[in-house]
Amino acid sequence: MAVKPRIKLDKKEAKKGDIVEVKALVSHVMESGQRRDNAGNTVPRKILNKFVCTVNGKQVFAADFEPAISANPYIQFKFRAEESGPVVLTWTDDDGSTIVGEESIKVS
Amino acid sequence: MTLIFNRRQALALGAGAVGAMALGAPQTLAKNDSEEAIRKFTGGKTPAQGKIKLELPEIAENGNTVPMTVTVESPMTAQSHVTDVLVLASENPRSGIATFHFSPASGVAEANTRIRLASTQDVIAVAKMNDGSFYMASKQVKVTIGGCGG
Repeated sequence: MAVKPRIKLDKKEAKKGDIVEVKALVSHVMESGQRRDNAGNTVPRKILNKFVCTVNGKQVFAADFEPAISANPYIQFKFRAEESGPVVLTWTDDDGSTIVGEESIKVS
Repeated sequence: MTLIFNRRQALALGAGAVGAMALGAPQTLAKNDSEEAIRKFTGGKTPAQGKIKLELPEIAENGNTVPMTVTVESPMTAQSHVTDVLVLASENPRSGIATFHFSPASGVAEANTRIRLASTQDVIAVAKMNDGSFYMASKQVKVTIGGCGG
């Protein structure tokens, strides 16, 4: 699935030790598995259940999502700038597929 | 109207009586498994109050997307930091909302997302520190239109 997440860092360049804020939004139905369709059948659950952010390969933040996360999940968090490198955000779907987005940070 | 009320009353009485007879279990306020989830998360320890700030609207008009920010007071150094934060809803069909995982590299133990709330209820956050202590906070949100879509 070619979903492109929208990712925004509050700064592209940071001094070592600065706190960088990340905001990310991804399109996804986040079907809770609680709803029923018109025929009365339960709509099977399909959510993004895991989120991981790495900076230069090191994990800085992660989250496990439950069906109580809204559709088109939004996530905002912070990390401490230590070294320059790619900021990679990965969401994992119930079906095992992943949605990956990448930004970069320059640390001086 | 009276008829329906009576029937409900009768049903409630019946269910209550059956529950009391069959289980004799202590009555809990929470309707779902949130208390059990907290116990599982803390390993049976009772979390202390404080250190956590939960930002949620007092009244959520649309329970489908309620903005939530959770912040835990911590220096976030290798010696002292928050490792995990569990967020629960007391009266959703299922208690779990999310678990956030932090490390000293996070710098600040803060996360914001948008959640679904089925009805007026408490949102509970439990934080686990690296020294094995736990903190807890909760906030009530009044929900006008429930958000578990039925």
